[in-house]
Amino acid sequence: MVENRRYRNLLAYLILTIGIVIVAFPVYLAIMASTFDASTIINGNMPLVPGDQAADNYYRTLFIGGSASREPVGMMMFNSFVMAMGIAVGKILISVLSAFAVVYFRFPLRMTAFWIIFITLMLPVEVRIYPTYKIVADLGLLDTYTGLILPLIASATGTLLFRQFFMTIPDELLEASKIDGAGAFRFFKDTLIPLSITTIAALFVIQFIYGWNQYLWPLLITTQSSMQTIVIGIKKMITTQDALTEWNIAMTTAVLAMVPPVLVVIFMQRLFVKGLVETEK
Amino acid sequence: MEKRALFSSKILPYMLLLPQLAITLIFFYWPASQAVWQSFLLEDAFGLSSEFVGFENYRHLFQQPEYYRAMVTTAVFSSAVAVLSLAVSLLLATQADKQLRFSNGYKTLLIWPYAVAPAIAGVLWIFMFHPTLGTLSRPIKAIGIDWNPMLDANHAMTLLVLSATWKQISYNFLFFLAGLQSIPKSVIEAAAIDGSGPIRRFWTIIFPLLSPTTFFLIVVNIVYVFFDTFGIIDAVTGGGPAGQTTTLVYKVYADGRLGGDLGGSAAQSVILMIIVIGLTAIQFKYVERRVQY
Repeated sequence: MVENRRYRNLLAYLILTIGIVIVAFPVYLAIMASTFDASTIINGNMPLVPGDQAADNYYRTLFIGGSASREPVGMMMFNSFVMAMGIAVGKILISVLSAFAVVYFRFPLRMTAFWIIFITLMLPVEVRIYPTYKIVADLGLLDTYTGLILPLIASATGTLLFRQFFMTIPDELLEASKIDGAGAFRFFKDTLIPLSITTIAALFVIQFIYGWNQYLWPLLITTQSSMQTIVIGIKKMITTQDALTEWNIAMTTAVLAMVPPVLVVIFMQRLFVKGLVETEK
Repeated sequence: MEKRALFSSKILPYMLLLPQLAITLIFFYWPASQAVWQSFLLEDAFGLSSEFVGFENYRHLFQQPEYYRAMVTTAVFSSAVAVLSLAVSLLLATQADKQLRFSNGYKTLLIWPYAVAPAIAGVLWIFMFHPTLGTLSRPIKAIGIDWNPMLDANHAMTLLVLSATWKQISYNFLFFLAGLQSIPKSVIEAAAIDGSGPIRRFWTIIFPLLSPTTFFLIVVNIVYVFFDTFGIIDAVTGGGPAGQTTTLVYKVYADGRLGGDLGGSAAQSVILMIIVIGLTAIQFKYVERRVQY
């Protein structure tokens, strides 16, 4: 940079450190709460250093569940995982195919099809929530993974991302594979997909987090406790009557709900940033 | 920009488009048009029959003081979150843009809250500021404030704004940092040679050059508060106390489910659709033009 004054950099370190502490503090408290028993938390004097109940809390939360509901959180994590994977994989599949069609073929109604898909960018699922619920109910998809997944992959982000990427692939590649006698399927499988791996991975990271964190949709369409996702499960643990809330179990669940998506962001940071910046363009 | 080299097939492109088009038509266009149609219908109390009532649902909606209150709540909520989270993340991004040691570590430690679900973020913050057991409620009470977000609407809104901001900082930070890194260093150096200090350089050069990013983020943040904060509201306040933190989206949910007023809920959905389409149009316009002063 232009100046390199030591005290100014010290100020930068200070501001960033304060920022990090503020960002981390709520999660730190949750982790601490997951190491105490319920009575230590409820009396309002929870220490800020770890207690000794961690093993017990995590075991009970994962395999038994709160004493009122008795729904193991391990089960909910499995549901969340299936839903997140389904949304990520499903969206990549349908959008890579449709982008391939729109970019590499000429056919009547091509632009109409593209616009039909493009418009979906404008309306999030929240504004059409009850009609969508009714359709899913009519199709008999309440309390199924299909019902959790399909309505959430009806969006254009993936298609646009792949379309944009395919446009940057030089025409010479297709001409070369045509000379080598490759058909559409061969070109798609041996050239296009290998070239798109980074884009696919970036989209996967974003969609996995999106799917794992869904709230309103699973709240509406899951009625059986065996189909609950973890984000819904934790909300139900925090009852309006404070005395009944087992905060140690609730906060252990909160920690468990954060672990998979946070790990994805930390360990796939480059892909995550790429996906985030490019899907928003 | 079109491809020169193409495949020719009469059927294959339609087959490739079929899955996405089918899902889009069934789960997007059909429900969206249903919402519009339903907003003109009035169902009887048992949901057995419905009659066409024209704009009756809309007229009724605009007579409800609760609807105006939800509008005001949404406006207050979204502007507070947008201003606060943009200011904090711009501050952090300008610091992280300096040549520091461990700058990648700082970046990682600031972006991970993006991965936390809004509802979980709400749970973390209600735990921290819980009126009886919250770790941070005691200091607040010690300075003489009767802190209770479950009874006091202002306290509840403060808590919502803080948790929604907390969750959004990482997103804004990433985009600001990318924006800062794309500003040519030569411009900043030239200004420094002309004798302007860091603060002056920030306001006269960096901030104006960042304006495309800032405008983009303002729209994204408003859309975020409109829709993605549903989980935070449901976890922290449930729209209360006494409906005072009910936003427009939360009201669509509450009226349709708890109130069973599907026509009114659909009318609200339609109004929301118009708002989002307007916001998206503004976003496209500004992103295309790359606002700069």
